[in-house]
Amino acid sequence: MTAVAAREPFSEPYVGDDPGRPILELRNVSRKFGSNYILRDISLKVRAGETLCLIGESGCGKSVTMKLLVGLLAPSNGDVCWDGVSIVGRSDDELVRDRLRFGYLFQGAALFDSMNVFENVAFGLRQNTHMTQNFIHETVLERLKEVGLPPSAAFKMPSELSGGMRKRVGLARALALMPDIILYDEPTTGLDPIMTDVINSLIKKTRDRRPVTSIVVTHEMSTVRKVADRVVMFYPLTRLKPDEPQIVFEGTPEEAFTSSDPRVSQFVYGEAGERMQELALL
Amino acid sequence: MSTGTASTPPDTFIHSLGRFAIDVVTDVGDLTLFTLNMVSWLVRGLPKRGVLMRCFYEVGVRSLPVVLVTGLFIGMVLAIQSYDQFHMMRMESRLGAIINVSLVKELGPVLAAVMLAGRVGGAMAAELGTMKVTEQIDALRALGANPTQYLVVPRFLACFLLIPMLTAFADAIGVLGGWLLSVTMLDIDSTFYWYHSNKYVTIYDICGGLMKSMFFGAAIAMISCNRGFNCGSGAEGVGRAATDSFVLSFVVILGLDFFLGLVLSAGYRVIYADEAASVMIETLRSMGGFV
Repeated sequence: MTAVAAREPFSEPYVGDDPGRPILELRNVSRKFGSNYILRDISLKVRAGETLCLIGESGCGKSVTMKLLVGLLAPSNGDVCWDGVSIVGRSDDELVRDRLRFGYLFQGAALFDSMNVFENVAFGLRQNTHMTQNFIHETVLERLKEVGLPPSAAFKMPSELSGGMRKRVGLARALALMPDIILYDEPTTGLDPIMTDVINSLIKKTRDRRPVTSIVVTHEMSTVRKVADRVVMFYPLTRLKPDEPQIVFEGTPEEAFTSSDPRVSQFVYGEAGERMQELALL
Repeated sequence: MSTGTASTPPDTFIHSLGRFAIDVVTDVGDLTLFTLNMVSWLVRGLPKRGVLMRCFYEVGVRSLPVVLVTGLFIGMVLAIQSYDQFHMMRMESRLGAIINVSLVKELGPVLAAVMLAGRVGGAMAAELGTMKVTEQIDALRALGANPTQYLVVPRFLACFLLIPMLTAFADAIGVLGGWLLSVTMLDIDSTFYWYHSNKYVTIYDICGGLMKSMFFGAAIAMISCNRGFNCGSGAEGVGRAATDSFVLSFVVILGLDFFLGLVLSAGYRVIYADEAASVMIETLRSMGGFV
């Protein structure tokens, strides 16, 4: 098996000769927890440079898909490929260096509670580079500025931050090593509409600044409208027949909004439909 | 008429026993692999000094007050509890021997370890459990750090190296507490107190007690970190991880104490065979006894 080329932090995103080639790929991937399948026979390609939005109801496996793509979870069946090379069977230690090509904004930001904002953003730099203290200091402040945070925020503890600030610090930390691929797990959940727009703009700005590949898990259709090149919709396995595919939609945002599939239009327009009757029966 | 659905037979005692056995084997296997992974990181590379120092401070310095209080009261309680029996046999002057032997061989290491399993082990399991629930452990992995190297190795080293030191402090303050109470409240002559302490407490007893506490420290660290890493979801999961870590550490400390006690006793008999016999004869003679 050919190893994926290790990427040095701060190198330019690798686009290569074919910018539209699949940079990440799931091939017939299933994943179960205990005896419950969350994902079943999923195949998905993420092309270099695109912004892909994964949408779907809570519990349909979007966040699990993200963790499978970055190698934080192993599939129960199927293959996960980075640049066409399978990563299944490689240990976590082997993946650590290659994983630096990813920046990951976690659902709750996952800031380290014991460290202040500066240390959180500097963590990846200290862990993976031999930068001088001065250079780390400059880089951290630059990343904080990129996400609209003043230098005075650097010495606050995560517990002192609002939800929006936490997300922005999480984004600054994800961007610190200048990754090729950025994964956003529900970046706007729990934020007010203005802060949601701020985060959406940051996602766009990040892509405009460098030719990064972005994958965004979201429930917010405003985010989809603003940032997505392509949309993939997952459906919960509990609502599907055994032979139905779990990905119920794949296309552009415009196609999602005009889809005739009631499962897609219900989600896109936020209509409960027959779900209200199901709830009434309970 | 058949309903068409397969009904699950009710659980019997054998089912429960089987499930329990599988759970135990799974947990032991998981803990073993977890420990082996940690040992491999001990060899491959320690985390940065700052990370180690933070853990050492948390485990060592911040546990000192509670360990000192525990040691002091163990020494004083031992003096009070033993005095009446020794007084009946007119052997009060030998109280120092029983207090200090009990303290350095058994009570100091075990009670300090139990106290630290609650303070340090519970805190470690809760902290790592919270980190798991809030995806901070995944964030570490995503940022190129290995959670075992970054989180488990420093905690293991802190417990393994500092719990014996804390035990030594507990022993020392316990010895002082026992002496202080014996001399001031029980009117025992200080010279005889120390004379008999010195005669009966060997360096083997002290080192054996401290060696046991190294095992206790290692067990507390590995069990607590493992429980934290395998924490269930939500606040309930974190609470359960902290409780499980304390209960399991407590049981393992007692089990280890028994087996290490057997080994150390066998060693004592080999090293001090002649000396033990002569001490026994002298003791019986001093009682006006049978020799």
